Amino acid sequence: MSTTLTPQIEKPRTTAPRRPGRPGRLLRRLPVYLIVGVLLLIVVYPLVWLLLSSFKTQDEFLNKPFWTLPGQWSLSNYESAFTQAHMGTYLLNSVLTVFPALFIALFVGVAAAFGLEVLVWRGRGSVLLYFLAGIMVPGQMLLLPLFTIYFHLHLTGTRWPLIITYTAMAIPLTVFMVATYFRAVPRELFEAATIDGAGVLRMFWSIGIPVVRNAIITVALVQFFLLWNDLLIALTFTNDESLRTVQVGLLNFTGQYGSVQYGPLFAAISVSILGVLVFYLFLNQRVMRGLAAGSVKG
Amino acid sequence: MKDVLGDKRAVLLLVGPALLIYTLITIVPIGWSLVYSFYSGGLLSGMQFTGLDNFTKFFSDTTALQALWFTVRYAFIVTIAQVALGYLLALLYVFMLRRASNLIRTVVFFPVILPTVAVALLFQQMFQVAPTTGPVNGALEWFGGSGQDFLGSPGGAFWVLIAMDLWRSMGFYAVLLYAGLLDIPEDILEAARIDGAGTLNLVRRIVLPLSLPVLLSSLIFSINGTLKVFDSIVALTNGGPGGSTMPLTLHMFQTSFTYGDYGYGSTIATILTILCLMFTVLIFRSTRRDIAKG
Repeated sequence: MSTTLTPQIEKPRTTAPRRPGRPGRLLRRLPVYLIVGVLLLIVVYPLVWLLLSSFKTQDEFLNKPFWTLPGQWSLSNYESAFTQAHMGTYLLNSVLTVFPALFIALFVGVAAAFGLEVLVWRGRGSVLLYFLAGIMVPGQMLLLPLFTIYFHLHLTGTRWPLIITYTAMAIPLTVFMVATYFRAVPRELFEAATIDGAGVLRMFWSIGIPVVRNAIITVALVQFFLLWNDLLIALTFTNDESLRTVQVGLLNFTGQYGSVQYGPLFAAISVSILGVLVFYLFLNQRVMRGLAAGSVKG
Repeated sequence: MKDVLGDKRAVLLLVGPALLIYTLITIVPIGWSLVYSFYSGGLLSGMQFTGLDNFTKFFSDTTALQALWFTVRYAFIVTIAQVALGYLLALLYVFMLRRASNLIRTVVFFPVILPTVAVALLFQQMFQVAPTTGPVNGALEWFGGSGQDFLGSPGGAFWVLIAMDLWRSMGFYAVLLYAGLLDIPEDILEAARIDGAGTLNLVRRIVLPLSLPVLLSSLIFSINGTLKVFDSIVALTNGGPGGSTMPLTLHMFQTSFTYGDYGYGSTIATILTILCLMFTVLIFRSTRRDIAKG
């Protein structure tokens, strides 16, 4: 990705292993194919089993071995996941807390990154470090004080505690990652804008944001996955059933019935996985690169 | 020119909001939590100053010590296995699959983005024995073994947890380390190959030393994540059976919200924070020394 190889160097690398003829090569590659096969099986099989299970009836779970295919492909499990287990409400709550938080965090985070990296002032290095400092601290350290604050502000029982906490949690990494991208932008671009008479805010809006647009999308994706999959914060600040996010809802799923209803449970797990999987399939290169770049967080 | 880019009001306008939110919602609570750890009581019962009592209580509290031991043991095993497995995968991508590894990388990365709760529920079902037999026990029986209640025994639950966390994270460390391996200059590898180095020798003498920095930063990243493990345990075992998979994070959560003891909960959180800082500094310092030596 980041390395650029000149053709002259690359050439011997691709031709060298081909020397021992076709059948010999195939035999030599066999262990590699075997490893890859086992690897794919380990990763993909649980997901396939999950999807198949989401169509089975309770009777099929209890009386048939695990490898049997569902007798009929009906969506009734998905229906009861939404009607009886409130998956729809949970999805809505997740959307209504994660997206506002994401939007605010990106907006103020990108602005701060611009202010820290493009503008010139004393102490900006220390402020960047200050933003990074909180990253290593466990979320448990924030729970009790925040719980107290939200309680006294009468925010418990609303979606605000989640939105506010998610926003704050997403800011450090956003600032840090976007600042890294701004560092790579040629200074001349901003100097030219200054000469043309643009003020700082105009420069931020018309040049800063468009220039790191791709970076913003990558950061947004990474933050989306981190927030969407959060359990700790959601578990702490959603006492009310109607405010639960997807993760908390799933966690309490088995408690909804006396005995486990396997079909609806698998359907609910599938719903929560399929959404992010589709998202990922379309944007996997960006997600991989972003998460690797964001890995500085602890 | 300098005046525009050094405009104090613009700096305040751009950096201010983020700085304010971050300070109020992250930094202030951290300090606040530190103060709490010297008090006992909760939101409803009121707080009393008790000095270092909570800290001495921690070291005579068997549940807390068990949780501390579990956290360290778990973090140690998973961190080493995570980075080792990721490194092996990265080597596979770079040296055996070469450029064709794109699809494999994408598929192995799948589990990284999946919600932990969903994955944990999935693994619960996979390792189940009754009333319905999951694939793992089904396969065991098929090979002539007998089904086991993995999640019902302390040892079994521990290893299912570790298997699950490795399943979830190996693709991530593979991609991270893959990027590090790509940064090794091709001509160094070529020169070693021309000198007759086999694959094993090449990895041991050239690739491993050159990828040491990215390996160590993966270790730091990994240990910080594993010491804070919460989601996967809450969803898979909820600390059971019998508290055998209870990490500090969950013990803190239960102390605070089930028993309403904010002071002691904060103390556990503080000890966890110290643990994270300690391990990070430890690995960081050994990084410095190794690079200086090499």
